[in-house]
Amino acid sequence: MAMQEGSIVVKVCMGTGGIAAGGAAVVSAFREEFESAGVRASVEKNCSVHNVGCRGFCARDVLVDVIVGGEKTTYEYIKSDMVPRIVEEHILQGRPIEEWVVKEDYHTFHEKQVKVVLSDCGEVDPEDIESYVGRGGYSALEKVLATMTPEETIGLIKDSGLRGRGGAGFPAGLKWEFARKAAGEPKYLICNADEGDPGAFMDRSIIEGNPHSVIEGMVIGAYAIGARKGYVYIRAEYPLAVERLQIALDQARRRRVLGDDIGGRGFDFDIRIKLGAGAFVCGEETALIASIEGNRGMPRAKPPFPAQKGLWGKPTVINNVETLANVPYIVRNGAGWFAQFGTEKSKGTKVFALTGKVKNSGLIEVPLGISLREIIYDIGGGIEGGRRLKAVQTGGPSGGCITNEMIDIAVDYESLAKAGSIVGSGGMVVMDETDCMVNIAKYFLEFTQAESCGKCVPCRIGTKRLLEILQRITDGRGRPGDVELLEKLSNDVRSASLCGLGQTAPNPVLSTLRYFRNEYEAHIHEKRCPAGVCKNLLTYSILEEFCKGCTMCARVCPAGAIVGEKKKPHKIIEEICVKCGACFEICKFKAVKKG
Amino acid sequence: MQETLEKILQTYHESEGNVISLLQEIEESFGYLPEDAINWFSEQLDIPPSRFYGIATFYAQFHLKPRGENIITACCGTACHVKGAEKLINSLMRELQIPSGEDTSEDRKFTVEKVNCVGACSIAPVVIINKEVHGKMTADRLMKEIRKIK
Repeated sequence: MAMQEGSIVVKVCMGTGGIAAGGAAVVSAFREEFESAGVRASVEKNCSVHNVGCRGFCARDVLVDVIVGGEKTTYEYIKSDMVPRIVEEHILQGRPIEEWVVKEDYHTFHEKQVKVVLSDCGEVDPEDIESYVGRGGYSALEKVLATMTPEETIGLIKDSGLRGRGGAGFPAGLKWEFARKAAGEPKYLICNADEGDPGAFMDRSIIEGNPHSVIEGMVIGAYAIGARKGYVYIRAEYPLAVERLQIALDQARRRRVLGDDIGGRGFDFDIRIKLGAGAFVCGEETALIASIEGNRGMPRAKPPFPAQKGLWGKPTVINNVETLANVPYIVRNGAGWFAQFGTEKSKGTKVFALTGKVKNSGLIEVPLGISLREIIYDIGGGIEGGRRLKAVQTGGPSGGCITNEMIDIAVDYESLAKAGSIVGSGGMVVMDETDCMVNIAKYFLEFTQAESCGKCVPCRIGTKRLLEILQRITDGRGRPGDVELLEKLSNDVRSASLCGLGQTAPNPVLSTLRYFRNEYEAHIHEKRCPAGVCKNLLTYSILEEFCKGCTMCARVCPAGAIVGEKKKPHKIIEEICVKCGACFEICKFKAVKKG
Repeated sequence: MQETLEKILQTYHESEGNVISLLQEIEESFGYLPEDAINWFSEQLDIPPSRFYGIATFYAQFHLKPRGENIITACCGTACHVKGAEKLINSLMRELQIPSGEDTSEDRKFTVEKVNCVGACSIAPVVIINKEVHGKMTADRLMKEIRKIK
């Protein structure tokens, strides 16, 4: 966007994080302030307030950019009642408010990142196609339709080395080529936005922040494989993303970059939204297809692969949101430009959702091959509360963990696989010494067990038994031999399950067993949870010498399990205690002991 | 009810819908899937009710029992989990006196449900109260929010 001299633009982060922090109130506060007094009327013409999508650093929301004559200032933690002062001092008097401006760590958060897919997120207004077009949007589509054959388009994507960003990392260009060559009409292109991994929000943020990049990528993909019809299969849990996508589709049709005779070049392609009904297994290609067809989302054996026989038995390509959103940028800048990022086998950048016990949590985009240390410490700012890093869980319920000792590992498809984890869709949950790894494994198994579709026996029953064993270990009823049993059963489930869900479900168990076997053993043999997480292995007690009798603990105890007179040491009645930890958290004198 | 059903049927035909989209429409209109509605559509479309139930029980989005006036959704994604989602849920169940194994209070004022991940992990733990997302939730703040609508 060309910035006029003296023009004023205010950009307010309106992703889910921004809205939850009160983004909408901030936007209307700016609009009101601009409208109200007379002085302001003179600037009003040049003033605009934009809603922008996610800019990644959701933990600091609401983030606000104030751009005066091309000079950008970014504020963090902005609430609507702070807006009048920003307008008064910064916009009218030209004095930015230093104490609200983002600190050094905001810049280090962004410094090591390389933004391709996210380059326009937080810059464009996701509800205005012109804002995307103004930054070069849909020029890639124009270039493809005007100057390239479908085969050349496929060749370009192959040369770039782009691999599927949904988890498996299959080369995207190759997938397109299979579908292009497959017999059968019509062909379909499906965008998989059923982002089911808990702890991941890359796809949501891309669609909320820049839906047109996904649409443009889809139209280019459809041209390459020869599809006339496309679907976006998106989770109903993402209402804002669905709404913005719908707006974007309508605008794209009006601008004739979607629909019949796209760009006047005789190519037809239209996209429909299909709302997922909440089933993790539908992230699997064949299950997703079954779901679009209106059935229970159960996978089937492959081959035939969807590229040969997919939706309604026709050749179908299913690409992940992030994969498709990369496409316009690759076309615009060339395959070589994209391939300069990353490693030999893992090209380009990857978006990760960095969350958990890390200081700067948020959405990040980094070149593949970056070290985990750089991600956690340089971008993430280290561990919250100065505690020690224990492990980083990557790849969600299908993935595994990387330990503190392996912190210098390169984050790419091959290196993570070697360490027993996966890149997956890009969830990265940081855990510190207060997290119990057995509990984490149980958490993921609870998830996969509940989400198992039940079609094949190893997954349906195997995950259930795995969960039962983990349950008894964390309950303090673990038996000798349980660790070996877990290992054996995990390997069986892994090798005998029908689809990716079952094949990867034991990964969190195997990986925590590999690196944290001693924690399992402490639970089983010593009936002790070293991290102090597993409720049944914990007791709370009050240390008399520290207790001042302030009664705070007795007041917060939901079970009425704490007795004692004012100013005299209190006592926890173990039989009544529900082990909620409320007393532990509230005590100012560290008199409550956990263990 | 009849009118609503007719309308849903019409959209179903117009938009070349399927069983899932039909169930989504019913759920949207009634807040759950009433047995009468399923039976009616079963007759109209000549699809056995078992097929509807097979699909309804497969996907997490559908409910066979009426839900509370206020829906409180606690995110149980990984990030929320490590940041104490379980504690929040326990305190909710206690405050709203929802018996274990149930998700709705007896007076049907509140339903507490868990969701796998709402994708707002950087503001974990997250609780959604009647479609409004609240991030960085604590048990204290949650109780205050609940008491506002109680």
